[in-house]
Amino acid sequence: MMEKEYFISSYCHIRNNTISLNGTTLYQEQHPDFKSLAKSAYRYFKTDYSKFFKMDNLSKLGFLAADILLKNEGILPENEENIAIVLSNRASSLDTDRKHWESIRNPDTYYPSPAIFVYTLPNICIGEISIRHKLYSENSFFIFDEFNPSHLFSYANGLLDMQKAEKVLCGWVDFDGPDYEAFLYLVNKKGAIEHSIEEITRLF
Amino acid sequence: MEALKEELKSKIIEQLNLEDVSVDEIADDDPLFGDGLGLDSIDALELIVMLDKDYGIKLADPKEGKKIFESVGTMADYITQHKTK
Repeated sequence: MMEKEYFISSYCHIRNNTISLNGTTLYQEQHPDFKSLAKSAYRYFKTDYSKFFKMDNLSKLGFLAADILLKNEGILPENEENIAIVLSNRASSLDTDRKHWESIRNPDTYYPSPAIFVYTLPNICIGEISIRHKLYSENSFFIFDEFNPSHLFSYANGLLDMQKAEKVLCGWVDFDGPDYEAFLYLVNKKGAIEHSIEEITRLF
Repeated sequence: MEALKEELKSKIIEQLNLEDVSVDEIADDDPLFGDGLGLDSIDALELIVMLDKDYGIKLADPKEGKKIFESVGTMADYITQHKTK
């Protein structure tokens, strides 16, 4: 049986105070930290989703990248779509885990915050994207030492081959201390870029 | 009591990350949940922690929260009567 061919129809980067879509810079502004960048970018892209400010840094990072990319694809939050989400990173939810740990380390000031605790798993980031875009689809979050294009490639192809999804939103969303990086791309049945390990590596 | 209500409004905005809300936009009797400020179940848990941490009030029965957290006014009344710090 001939293997089906898939494509990358859009991709988005957020890193170093810069947000780009399909290689074109959309937003660039110096900010002291990601929190400030996220707030400014939220307004710049007219995101209009007040729950955004309740999210942890990792979720904000993934949410912003997904929102910009899916808007570019004409995929509106109002419509239900069968888009699977496959994300990965190195630091898991460590940034939020540390905040939670700070709130419980001292028995005399043991006041764990429920709003922080709920983000002590990396896949909550996928949940936030899914809620916003009404995705009731397949999803997975993988932890790797470094970006692993071959795993993402074969996992996305598997989901599409088995008709588990119409499209797959894939990528890397990593947040650790002052360092942040998001690279999301949409694997589609049509598009300008071949879905291959080489192309994923090149775009990253 | 008025000072406590203002304090609660500031704390609610800060601790629940209500980015687009200011203190003067919250009326004392505005519902905190539902059509009012639109808080959710995690916010309710945060408010319970806030009562404990800042005012030394431990809610023995979480069902009590429904009445206590109706509005800033009902919260202030309850805190005034029950605070231990």
